[in-house]
Amino acid sequence: MSRRYDSRTTIFSPEGRLYQVEYAMEAIGHAGSCVGVFSEEGVVLAAEKKVASKLLEVSSSEKMYVIDKHIICAVAGITADANILINQARLTAQKYYYAYQEPIPVEYLLQQICDTKQGYTQFGGLRPFGVSFLFAGWDRHYGFQLYQSDPSGNYGGWKATAIGANSNAAQSILKSDYKEGLVLTDALQLATKVLSKTMD
Amino acid sequence: MDSIISVVGDGFVLSAADCTNARSIVVMKEDMDKVMELDHHKLLSMAGEPGDVAQFTEYVQKNVHLFELRSGIAMSTKAVANFTRNELAKSLRKNPYSVNLLIAGYEKEVGAELFYIDYLGTLHKLPFSAQGYCSYFVLSTMDRHYKKSMTFEEGLELIKKAIDEVKIRFLINQPKFTIKVVDEKGTRTVESY
Repeated sequence: MSRRYDSRTTIFSPEGRLYQVEYAMEAIGHAGSCVGVFSEEGVVLAAEKKVASKLLEVSSSEKMYVIDKHIICAVAGITADANILINQARLTAQKYYYAYQEPIPVEYLLQQICDTKQGYTQFGGLRPFGVSFLFAGWDRHYGFQLYQSDPSGNYGGWKATAIGANSNAAQSILKSDYKEGLVLTDALQLATKVLSKTMD
Repeated sequence: MDSIISVVGDGFVLSAADCTNARSIVVMKEDMDKVMELDHHKLLSMAGEPGDVAQFTEYVQKNVHLFELRSGIAMSTKAVANFTRNELAKSLRKNPYSVNLLIAGYEKEVGAELFYIDYLGTLHKLPFSAQGYCSYFVLSTMDRHYKKSMTFEEGLELIKKAIDEVKIRFLINQPKFTIKVVDEKGTRTVESY
């Protein structure tokens, strides 16, 4: 195989693939699942916390974070990597508020984070972030929104999606069970149903 | 010597500015446009040091445009005003711009708004305002005659009263004023007065 092209993040393989980015996505496939469901009344994020030991303090957050008053996110992947990006997201949101005296539009924030992630796939010789996010937020331009982003720096808006372990299974359940015009309680039920079915 | 005046009415903002560009004893231009279209629903009236005015206002205009291209959404009037204020404040103790502005805009959910910004980075949302020497004359005129939610005709009458005051009492001759308006339909020139 073209293993000799693995070690450098910033070069393509002969088949035109970025192996380091793909390996990053592999790492995320072992992390605790997260599910997001959009409704007109709000967005639901549900995440599976993998408790490594019963001695661990329960209070610590590893899956869900508040970015600003109107944006939250769920994390799947390497927690330490996620913390860097969460910090950056929080800083970006506050810098925006400082300059414009208005909450940052959700997609605009996402673009900044994803541009950072993309940078680590193209220059610097550093490995990509091993994190996928589900961002949920509200702004006056587009109302409630749900976004997913991955180590490549790609992002997309979703009605319902899943990341982390068994995300393919979760995704196919969502595909068949999601309906337009859900109310918030339906979205909550759908998210918990999907999570319980795909959790071990 | 620039005279810029703005008035908020019911769903619109009228902005007037003189058209004279004069230095020392020479009048260089009598058709200068001092009210810039920042985007389809915002007007920026400018006064101050000529080079600074051109540099700074174009910088704001291009940044507003860039934001809209990058994010796909239009900036609100308040966001533009705060961004502009922030830039003036940042440069104040390094490389100050001698520029005074009035930013007028219309948005659907919020309506018509007017912001006063001076060269120090002061920002105030106001129902009417003026920059330059003319403010010594027209603020009292507008204090006397302004009412909330004026119709377009009433607003135009008020701004013409203010312009008349400048023409009668201000030492510098400013024969021509351009009056522009921004409302839900966008920006357009009303008339030369």
